Amino acid sequence: MFSIPVFLESLVPLFWAARFTLLISVGGIALGLVIGTLVCAAGLSPSRALRNFAALWVSFLRGVPLLVQLLVFYYSLPLIGLDVPAMVAAIVTVGICASAYISEIWRGAINALPRGQAEAAVAIGMAPTDVWRRVILPQAVTMSLPALINELILLVKASSLVSVVGILEITRASQAQAATTFRPLEVYLAAACIYLVINLCLAALGRWLEHRTAV
Amino acid sequence: MQASAVEIRNVNKFYGPFQALKDVDLSVPAGKVTCLIGPSGSGKSTLLRCINFLEEYDSGEIRIDGRLIGYDAPGRKMSGRALREMRRSIGMVFQQFNLWPHMSARENVAEGLIRVRGLSKTEAGARAAEALAKVGLADKMDNHPSRLSGGQQQRVAIARAIAMEPRLMLFDEPTSALDPELVGEVLTVMKTLAAEGMTMVVVTHEMGFAAHVADRVAFMERGELVAADTPDRILHQPQDPRIQSFLRTYHERNSF
Ligand SMILES: Nc1ncnc2c1ncn2[C@@H]1O[C@H](COP(=O)(O)OP(=O)(O)OP(=O)(O)O)[C@@H](O)[C@H]1O
Ligand SMILES: [Mg+2]
Repeated sequence: MFSIPVFLESLVPLFWAARFTLLISVGGIALGLVIGTLVCAAGLSPSRALRNFAALWVSFLRGVPLLVQLLVFYYSLPLIGLDVPAMVAAIVTVGICASAYISEIWRGAINALPRGQAEAAVAIGMAPTDVWRRVILPQAVTMSLPALINELILLVKASSLVSVVGILEITRASQAQAATTFRPLEVYLAAACIYLVINLCLAALGRWLEHRTAV
Repeated sequence: MQASAVEIRNVNKFYGPFQALKDVDLSVPAGKVTCLIGPSGSGKSTLLRCINFLEEYDSGEIRIDGRLIGYDAPGRKMSGRALREMRRSIGMVFQQFNLWPHMSARENVAEGLIRVRGLSKTEAGARAAEALAKVGLADKMDNHPSRLSGGQQQRVAIARAIAMEPRLMLFDEPTSALDPELVGEVLTVMKTLAAEGMTMVVVTHEMGFAAHVADRVAFMERGELVAADTPDRILHQPQDPRIQSFLRTYHERNSF
């Protein structure tokens, strides 16, 4: 029989574990934004070496599953004498992985802008930094918002993978809970509800942002 | 002798192996309207875009008020700063308007005044309002481009250019993307500018505009500047068979 009290009881510790899930996804997307922007800039730069580097970065990170990246990263750190907390390793890996996708999101948005947008700015004598800051980026950000929110939702779900390096986020916490209560269905259903609530909130945030920036 | 605002001498331009401009020579008199006509693909846009160096010409010279644009010396590119300095005084209006959709009409016009001319926001806003009033859009200043008709958008684009107080205006088929009933309002604004003595180079398929407003008409074909003369001599008594055949096609297409 499905026990509603067990379901409700599991919600509390899992909600507590959600802070790690959020920390990893938000930290990951923040780091991913920084690195992804740099990689995108490298990919659009006139230097061939930088462009090749960006292409390599993106194809490697998109081509290897996040789980494998996590394990490789986590187990290679001690080799180079770094002893970082599992949490830091997790955020860095998730962030690096996200950077590949974010860089592609930016590139897609920038390429989708009609060339005339920048030309009109260049023609009145605007400097390249102003063309980027005032004409290209504001539009690219607006266009990318749905894809970026989508990426953040994917990260929330992908963060369940970091349980392999021992972080007690929602998925790992529910596994532990299920093992002690012998009530897997109630516990995992509670976990599912929490993921759902988080992602519905993010989707709502996304719609609100889109609405605010719409022209 | 009339002063030339733009002197084009022996200009050649290649896209890979394809030669888009062949030894083009043209003088654009100051304070006058010069129309560039010719069949599609003849190099009109390319030539126009070389005048403000949006397109780099490969050899020859283009001088704006006597000053070489794009190069310091043959083969040596001008610095970005010097080029921007020259572009400030050359307005350009595009076929597709190219307004910035995330800014209101007024912001579109003010942007260049703020970033390029260094005006304060208030000052730029006031000048933008004046420029928009001049093109008849005083009541649409706060609309974003998506809330404007094509003709209104193109008038905002003209206001954006004239607010910079250019000495020369370049138009690339400014009415080609417009519904026929919206062409008139844009041409009217252009005629006003012409009457005020603005130097204008206009690529156009509007032969009526060329005939009635232009002081000079230049005809291009296959990258060559075939002839430049008074509208009457190009449009009504053309000597060159290439112009005759172009006009025949034009008249056939426009008579139904
Ligand atoms: N970026 C480019 N790369 C290669 N070829 C180009 C490029 N731009 C223009 N061309 C070629 O140069 C020639 C002249 O083009 P241009 O756009 O100047 O013609 P146009 O006279 O303005 O024609 P239209 O009336 O159709 O606008 C065309 O044959 C065109 O295909
Ligand atoms: Mg053209």
